Amino acid sequence: MSIDAATVKHVATLARLRVTPEEVAQYAEQLSRILTLMEALGRLPTEDVEPMSHAVAMAIPEREDVVCHLNQREALLACAPESEHGHFCVPKMIE
Amino acid sequence: MNHKKIALRSGTEQALATGYETVIGLEVHAQMLTQSKIFCGCPTRFGADANTQICPVCAAFPGVLPVLNREAVQMAIKTGLAIHGQIRLLSEFSRKNYFYPDLPAGYQISQYELPIVEQGHLMIDSPERGEGIRIGITRIHMEVDAGKSLHEGIVGGSWVDLNRTGTPLMEIVSEPDLRSSAEAGEYLKKLRAIVRYLGVCDGNMEEGSFRCDANVSVRLRGASAFGTRCELKNLNSIRNVMRAIDYEVERQIELLEEGGKVIQETRLWNADLNSSRPMRGKEDAHDYRYFPEPDLPPLRLTAERVAAISAVLPELPDAKALRFQEQYQLSHYDAGVLTSSRELADFFEAVAAEAAALGQANAKMAANWVTGELAARLNRDGVEIQHSPVTPGQLGKLVAMIQQGTLSGKLAKEVFEILCNEGGDPQQIAEQRGMRQVSDEGAIDAAIEQVLANNPEDVAQYRAGKSKILGFLVGQVMKATQGKANPGLVNQRLLAKLAE
Amino acid sequence: MDLARITLKQAADLLHRRALSAVELTQFFLERINAHNPTLNAYITVDAEGALADARQADACLARGEATPLTGIPLAVKDLFCTKGLRTTCASRMLADFIPPYESTVTRRLREAGMVVLGKTNMDEFAMGSSNETSYFGPVKNPWDHSRIPGGSSGGSAAAVAAGLCVAALGTDTGGSIRQPAALSGITGLKPTYGRVSRYGMIAFASSLDQAGPMTRSVEDAALLLQGMAGHDPLDSTSIDQAVEEYVEQLSGGVSAQERMRGLRIGIPKEYFTDGLSESVHKALQEAIERFQELGAQCQSVSLPTTAYAIPTYYIIAPAEASSNLARYDGIRFGYRCEQPEDLLDMFARSRSEGFGAEVKRRIMLGTYVLSSGYYDAYYRQAQKVRRLIADDFHNAFTQVDLLLTPTAPETAFRIGEKKEDPVKMYLSDIFTINVNLAGLPALSLPCGFDAQNLPIGMQLIGRPLQESSLLRVGHSFQQVTDWHQRSPL
Ligand SMILES: [Mg+2]
Ligand SMILES: [Zn+2]
Repeated sequence: MSIDAATVKHVATLARLRVTPEEVAQYAEQLSRILTLMEALGRLPTEDVEPMSHAVAMAIPEREDVVCHLNQREALLACAPESEHGHFCVPKMIE
Repeated sequence: MNHKKIALRSGTEQALATGYETVIGLEVHAQMLTQSKIFCGCPTRFGADANTQICPVCAAFPGVLPVLNREAVQMAIKTGLAIHGQIRLLSEFSRKNYFYPDLPAGYQISQYELPIVEQGHLMIDSPERGEGIRIGITRIHMEVDAGKSLHEGIVGGSWVDLNRTGTPLMEIVSEPDLRSSAEAGEYLKKLRAIVRYLGVCDGNMEEGSFRCDANVSVRLRGASAFGTRCELKNLNSIRNVMRAIDYEVERQIELLEEGGKVIQETRLWNADLNSSRPMRGKEDAHDYRYFPEPDLPPLRLTAERVAAISAVLPELPDAKALRFQEQYQLSHYDAGVLTSSRELADFFEAVAAEAAALGQANAKMAANWVTGELAARLNRDGVEIQHSPVTPGQLGKLVAMIQQGTLSGKLAKEVFEILCNEGGDPQQIAEQRGMRQVSDEGAIDAAIEQVLANNPEDVAQYRAGKSKILGFLVGQVMKATQGKANPGLVNQRLLAKLAE
Repeated sequence: MDLARITLKQAADLLHRRALSAVELTQFFLERINAHNPTLNAYITVDAEGALADARQADACLARGEATPLTGIPLAVKDLFCTKGLRTTCASRMLADFIPPYESTVTRRLREAGMVVLGKTNMDEFAMGSSNETSYFGPVKNPWDHSRIPGGSSGGSAAAVAAGLCVAALGTDTGGSIRQPAALSGITGLKPTYGRVSRYGMIAFASSLDQAGPMTRSVEDAALLLQGMAGHDPLDSTSIDQAVEEYVEQLSGGVSAQERMRGLRIGIPKEYFTDGLSESVHKALQEAIERFQELGAQCQSVSLPTTAYAIPTYYIIAPAEASSNLARYDGIRFGYRCEQPEDLLDMFARSRSEGFGAEVKRRIMLGTYVLSSGYYDAYYRQAQKVRRLIADDFHNAFTQVDLLLTPTAPETAFRIGEKKEDPVKMYLSDIFTINVNLAGLPALSLPCGFDAQNLPIGMQLIGRPLQESSLLRVGHSFQQVTDWHQRSPL
């Protein structure tokens, strides 16, 4: 499997990563090699195999619908690079 | 701005006129009325100060994990049962990945391949296609709500408030079974009634706890393939849903008629301009990279759990309407109106029960008063039925008095006004103000004698065959009794006297 | 007794006999950190003040006779456990200034048990790496040879334990990140069954694989530390709701190593003894097998036929989950934000590109790719199916044997820089450990020899789900008749 520059750029956009032209070439080469390693999987017959998403078979636990809350606004906003009047700030968004 | 004036006739009429058929599917996001959020203990209360109802979990801080709220599951099951859906005993949560400032984790926990409910439906009355049209519901799944971004009046940036983030949502996806904006409106009203009956959502479109996106396409009547659809967003009332659909239908037909093509896109409705515009193009085509949420094992339900919920479901609008038709001999239409909300239906039944307890069962009259006089009054004052100024007991008594003949319809309206404004007991009001209807034959006969004596010419004309004079004579008798005489009895006695 | 080489058990005995105070012990390690950390780079953050305060409290507890076996023990914490008020970086520029306002369940439990947190240890950035070279805070040196890597991603914890910069340490293991550095640094490390230890407050790499565990100087110490970490946590939906065994009590149970080992069936997976295995590691493993046989265990060959597929399976699943887990680093609520963003998109892309290192970005790219439309079925779904086959292999093997014995890593510690530029080569160093994560099983790595350069060699014991006590018992028996674990670079 080889990955071209356009694919690398598309994936970088999906992942919200900025890539330089050198990085595009580097990722294309490295990802192609890694994906070649992965092609082996396609050779295993797996039609009847149930995909495994969790390491341990269990059912989801459910908690009771109880409010358990302290106002932590100041503590959480203190972690933010930018905050104002109780809000997280971001560059202007246009719909 | 590429908007145009709204058409005078609805898009649906346009479609009919030009030989097109409209195809609509609706996606409804209903906020569930849980106390706490779906994956953390933060409150879901509306209107709190920005970011005061957040924690590391719903704000997606590093290392924290979701824990599912049991009540959200219960509510989704209830809704699934109410729309005759299949409840999956094995469902799973997935991550829907995309970047947005109000989506703190960078993914929305949702359900994808295995939603909790599949294959449901509900019935609507279509103005075009008649009563009892079945609208399929593809699926209901649970997911988290996003936060809110604020732009207006903020200099140099936008603000993010995450209070709403993590509020449990049900996404209810219909089949593309709707054929007009009016049907879309009926579907939304029915669905909203159901979630309100169940107490799982307050159905408030203005506050955004019941949101609707519409997928709209048109095709030539008789065509089997669907046309290219557009998704309409920002529809914050049923009226706006219908207007936006009409606009869109007209837009698409015009495009096609001019030889153009509909482009699949998401369009934002602007209620002020009565038009929609395409949303700013996303930088990447939607590639949500769904995969099973590794932080949450699969949701396994037992048939017993589903049965236990089924056993305590309240009577739902359709069943109630059918019962009203049978039990109270109401029309399909009246039953539909009265069951459009649980509170209204309960109010009506209490009125009918009160009248019946007084030995004067007339459900039709009770229904008329509830949907007529009372509804008009509530509507005028913008009051919900729960806050009606008149109690079912008062209205039931009033209905019984009319039925008994102790109060004329005209006087009853006056009593009703007084009840609304001042309260009190209808019987006492009528008595204290001398509004009791006169049904005493002696008194009525005396009044008739007087009227006949005072109007000999009219009597002669009547007897000569001018039967229209009767109305005038009845009016004279009513006038003589200050409107208190029982009109039925006046009629009956007058006819007898004139025949003498 | 040399305090730098003291075991947790020995330290606890001294503290309980009040032959030593927690403050003295803490002071001792803080001084050692001051002296040696500039060379080894094992710690990112040292919390001298907090540690001494914890130690004073521990001494008060000891004085009142309310102590637990962990009270007053100086602990090093991998820098991906969120510690309230104490910087938690995940060895990334992205979180270089992040001070969590909340505490991970594991560190909370250990603090409540009286442990003293010395500081936060270096690691591969977001735990992505096998050599500790991807850290934003620079590589960690192997205490046995400063030109070599200590293994990764819990390299700082491994080095701190080996070099006597703490008594015990916390690690996390997604594809071998406790066991491989334990092996390469000559210490003991245990990855518990997935779900045995809470993941709450542990910064996620790959959620379905991550598991925290102890890194110590002996199996007995690992049992003591695990006892304090393990257990159900309602804040983690993947946490197993089952009572925790009495690991420490079950270690010896009063009988001799021979009695405990008699009749034990140990499986030797033939797929693990192939060309890729270095000669010295192979030889050490042979000797270990003989040791176990002398102790009365029956060693037999077993087959895990899907073994060869573990690397591609892991390097699809782990990056896929990571690409999603790391989406929350967007420069809005916490972490790094680029200077002067032009607009929203610029802020997202530049904050992430400048905040993440090369290996993290490579895995985000890989994970995004394998999940993207058109590739999901071929890569991600297929990997999940092969994951099931790998788990089934183990299940089948455990119908024949009680546990499995394998090398932990194919070779001893390599030189810093040796594999840094070749991701595929680097990924192959996890070849013996990642199967265990995919299957969710418990596994223990413990020292079993040295190569000609005097570099430690580790062996791995793999058990059935929730059979940590059996692994610990067998490992402890081995350490009772060997002294590999007592060797020290000091
Ligand atoms: Mg949705
Ligand atoms: Zn919360």
